[in-house]
Amino acid sequence: MYSEKVMDHFRNPRNMGEMKNADAVGEVGNPVCGDLMYIYIKIKDDRINDISFQTFGCGAAIATSSMITELAKGKTLDEAMKITRDDIAGSLDGLPPIKMHCSNLASDGLRKAIENYRAKQKKE
Amino acid sequence: MGFKMKYVYLDYAATTPMDPEVIKEIEKHYRETYGNPSSFHKIGQNAAQILEKSREIVASLINAKTDEIFFTSSGTESDNLALKGVAFKNKGRGNHIITSSIEHHAVLHTCQYLEKQGFKVSYLPVDEYGLIDLKELEETITNKTILISIIFANNEIGTIEPIKEIGEIAKKHDVIFHTDAVQTLGKVPIDVEEMNIDLLSASAHKLYGPKGVGLLYIRGHGVRKGWGNYIEPLLHGGGHERGLRSSTENVPGIAGFAKAVELCKRSMKEESEKLIKFRDKIIKEITENIEDVYLNGHYTKRLPNNVNLGFRYIEGESIILSLDVEGIAASTGSACSSKSLEPSHVLLAIGQKPEDAHGSLRITMGRYTTEADIDYFLEKLPPIIEKLRKMSPLKNGKKYMFDPTYEINHHH
Ligand SMILES: Cc1ncc(COP(=O)(O)O)c(C=O)c1O
Ligand code: FES
Repeated sequence: MYSEKVMDHFRNPRNMGEMKNADAVGEVGNPVCGDLMYIYIKIKDDRINDISFQTFGCGAAIATSSMITELAKGKTLDEAMKITRDDIAGSLDGLPPIKMHCSNLASDGLRKAIENYRAKQKKE
Repeated sequence: MGFKMKYVYLDYAATTPMDPEVIKEIEKHYRETYGNPSSFHKIGQNAAQILEKSREIVASLINAKTDEIFFTSSGTESDNLALKGVAFKNKGRGNHIITSSIEHHAVLHTCQYLEKQGFKVSYLPVDEYGLIDLKELEETITNKTILISIIFANNEIGTIEPIKEIGEIAKKHDVIFHTDAVQTLGKVPIDVEEMNIDLLSASAHKLYGPKGVGLLYIRGHGVRKGWGNYIEPLLHGGGHERGLRSSTENVPGIAGFAKAVELCKRSMKEESEKLIKFRDKIIKEITENIEDVYLNGHYTKRLPNNVNLGFRYIEGESIILSLDVEGIAASTGSACSSKSLEPSHVLLAIGQKPEDAHGSLRITMGRYTTEADIDYFLEKLPPIIEKLRKMSPLKNGKKYMFDPTYEINHHH
């Protein structure tokens, strides 16, 4: 059902785990199926210097979280904001149609983390 | 898909491999018994004989009369025939049907369809083990009730309902009693007389027979005192199966079903002892060695081959995917693995929170399961659970989004 890339990221997730000293966290839940994802980011010079995730969800949710951390690492915040669910699914060699919404979780989670970071910057 | 050297199949509730003896029997009939049982000539009559012999074998397993067995194309068709057949035939008598909230979709969706056709359906709740309440059942019966349909043993959590007691209540109130025994036939003794069952659905592919062959037991071959003919066919045509199920009978498949039943009759006792031993070993080992895990269903009123465990903080599809990587086939009630994305209605009915319903793992064993298979599974599972929990944000005491006190943007 899943591509080899998906299975690779599912079996060996990249950048997995809580980040204690994160600059911001994005948390999103999937109302459709009740899953939950946290994306942690550390920012340096307006770039994503470090990133990690924690996910409660299906295989696709885990693989897309792992993939977005790879896609986002090193990107400027503006670049990272532009990552779409299709970018994620494409980098994973596709997802089954019913699992496309799982990749929303990852792109929304990253965006939310960046928005939270920017909101915090404004306050300070 | 490449198969690894070792593959452990623990999904017998989904379907079973065919027994080699069944395959031999079917092959033989595909070659030799090609006649149409309705044909007058010898070739046809030979097929008719095989068909009737098969009917006799199958009937004897549940203490039915031979003419009360009606072959169909599946468990699903049998459920449809039982429910729609009784409903449509007895519209004038009443429009009320009672069922449970943990039926298989073949019953559940048929009931929902009948509601659209103007029937009233009561879905009995179940307790935390998945058992219906007999008192509540009796109180739900009205003078409009024509049918009670309760699953014999649930396909997800394995709970065995008090069928004999339900049968007594149905008999007392002169209501037709149907039970979906698709998961039960061949695993637990069934006696339609002693249990007062009027209609019973079964399917060959759950007991080492072929897919696409089922049966409906119909008490009194469709005639009931005070009711007359009480079942309407779904398929109209040449009048096969005494007018209740037209379509040329699948003789080789039916003969394979009968062979499968014969084998079950021979080995049921021994097999269920073995499976109960494995079942209880899995439950004990896992609940003792893994934290935050619980058994879904009942400890003893349970199919011998079913284990259903809930693992907190993680999600079922990711568990079965990880098991699959290790060469183990299992199943889950998690929404994420289903086509609908809705969590299992059975787990919700036994009172689980949606996030817990997500973390269920169903292990179902059978004839070819060995102790070594169980040990392999018990060795591979704990690290999988540990790894997935490490990934999960829920494990750290973080709140779940379905928690009413939880707001998505509140954190940080
Ligand atoms: C309880 C129950 N009823 C009905 C069915 C449907 O049987 P079939 O696959 O033969 O249509 C199944 C099989 O999944 C089942 O487990
Ligand atoms: S996150 Fe639930 S289906 Fe993928």
